[in-house]
Amino acid sequence: MNNPYIILPVIFQLFTAVLLLFFWFRVNAQRLITIICSLISLGIAIWLLKEVYQNGILTMQAGGWKAPFGITFVADVFSATMVLLTAISGMAVAIFSTGSIRNARLKFGYFPILNFLLMGLNGAFLTGDIFNLYVWFEIIIIASFVLITIGGEKAQIEGAIKYVTMNLLASAIFLTAIAILYGMAGSLNMADLSEQVAQIENRGLVNVVAILFLVGFGIKSAIFPLYFWLPASYHTPPPAISAIFGGLLTKVGVYALLRIFTLIFIPDAFLSNLLIVLAAMTILSGGLGAILQVNMRKIFSYLIVCHIGFMIAGLGIYTELALVGAIFYLIHDIIVKTNLFLVSGLIFKLKGTLNIEKLGGIYKKYPKFSLLMAIPLFSLVGIPPLSGFWAKLFLIQGSYLEGQYTLIGFILLGSFLTLWVIAKVWSEVFWKDAVNLPKKINVKYFRELKPLKQWAMVIPIVLLAATSLYIGLAAEHIILLSKQIAAELIDPSAYIEAVLGSKTTMP
Amino acid sequence: MKTIIFKTASTYLLPLLILFSVFILLRGHYLPGGGFVGGLIASIAFVIHSFANGLEQTKSLIKFHPGFLMPIGLCIALLSGAAPLLVGQSFMTGLWFEDPLPVIGMVGSALFFDTGVYLVVIGVTLTIIFTISETL
Repeated sequence: MNNPYIILPVIFQLFTAVLLLFFWFRVNAQRLITIICSLISLGIAIWLLKEVYQNGILTMQAGGWKAPFGITFVADVFSATMVLLTAISGMAVAIFSTGSIRNARLKFGYFPILNFLLMGLNGAFLTGDIFNLYVWFEIIIIASFVLITIGGEKAQIEGAIKYVTMNLLASAIFLTAIAILYGMAGSLNMADLSEQVAQIENRGLVNVVAILFLVGFGIKSAIFPLYFWLPASYHTPPPAISAIFGGLLTKVGVYALLRIFTLIFIPDAFLSNLLIVLAAMTILSGGLGAILQVNMRKIFSYLIVCHIGFMIAGLGIYTELALVGAIFYLIHDIIVKTNLFLVSGLIFKLKGTLNIEKLGGIYKKYPKFSLLMAIPLFSLVGIPPLSGFWAKLFLIQGSYLEGQYTLIGFILLGSFLTLWVIAKVWSEVFWKDAVNLPKKINVKYFRELKPLKQWAMVIPIVLLAATSLYIGLAAEHIILLSKQIAAELIDPSAYIEAVLGSKTTMP
Repeated sequence: MKTIIFKTASTYLLPLLILFSVFILLRGHYLPGGGFVGGLIASIAFVIHSFANGLEQTKSLIKFHPGFLMPIGLCIALLSGAAPLLVGQSFMTGLWFEDPLPVIGMVGSALFFDTGVYLVVIGVTLTIIFTISETL
């Protein structure tokens, strides 16, 4: 069904960014506008999901040019859910930033760039055109280059070089893949490609292009063996920026993988096996990497890599049940990972370091904070009934039914490694007594901040923790949602029909 | 490069080049041209002026910080793109006024989009060039 207003999440973020540009030097006005606009964009995202859930897949042809010639925007349940998750984490990060980001950074346009980044994310989730997807990816990475270097500390620049290099390489590979695909199929519309690619006889070339897409998105979503840039760069920028990166930027790669490999390239036996092997290795290398680290944000960065593996595993098994697991994990992971980096930001403000060997005594001194921080930490492990548990249940069930017993082993190993790491973090940071805390840090401690800023740092963590609890405790809603998404991914005919119109009416 | 010939020429070149850039902007709908090229030509006009007369002279000529053109231009482009939404059309659909205006001809939302691009390009280019020449 045609609905021109599904582009609103993208336009509204652009509008917010432009509005913020007018207040370039007035930092407090920017703070206020960002919070208000992020609440409105959350409202828009909820409206979009409700609309799509009730009326089926909605499409919009930009400029009124008919598909497959113009650029199509498609909102199916998957896209709308991702837009909603972006709005939730975007709002949390925006509120957290008002309290934690220094004025020096805000004066270099932190908030407008953050909104450009969110615009890029929403665009990538809503577009139905593969070249347009590339354009949104470019907007995302250009905005993220600014965010990762803003402030210009030495460690930041060092991390940014690795980040920029790998992401530019990924974009180049992605663009090459699009070029070859266009040469083969003569179309860029994803729904049209879905039909065209199935008819191409040169399957060898199709598989090569599929692998190129896998490499391009694989770098962006940090799967084995292309993940090393992520732990090397995500711990360098301020925590609010790491939160939006950790929560959403790798997941947009996973989204693209799920979209491309269910719509255009249906995995054959070789590709399925490849994805499963990659998933297992990603889980293993991320988990083992996390054990060795002592910096809290580096631990979380490795855990991002580890848990990307779960989602890729769901794609590799390629049954509806496994995809339900992958989607559920995606929903749970965006909220939890955003929250974990926010928590690490709060801990840094409390104690002045993120080295878990030096940290300690938080449980004794701040029991309420500790309970709050326990929610994302233990949701990540997947202790029932918290949110990570249900996703893993579906993944394990899905792989059991397909006879992938080795993969079950790796998934359990990954969960076990996560448990070990989180237990270590918990006992080191919260239970043991602090040793060797730094005497003086170059930022203000939490207790020195104004009460308004203190609340601005605590409220988003509470909101995200509440969302995590909702995902875990009201899992039947999320399961229902994930099941519908998985059904639409497995059988894309509704998507194709929504974009191209039914075949019979076409001449 | 403070030669008398260049200095004199630049005072004539500035209005001419700006006029030419507007011509390129308006020409761009069907023929080569448009907001991006037009904006570049307009900013070249100011760059030539700053080479001949010094950066301070050009800055006092423009009166406000060129970076301010960026949000204005983006705003115009965004509004022209979003205008069709008000009448229930898709984003970026071209809307046209019924009657042609004298000199300019047919006016549609595409012209406003291009004008927005024109302003953004001037703003970005001048901000970059002024910042670089300040630090030199």
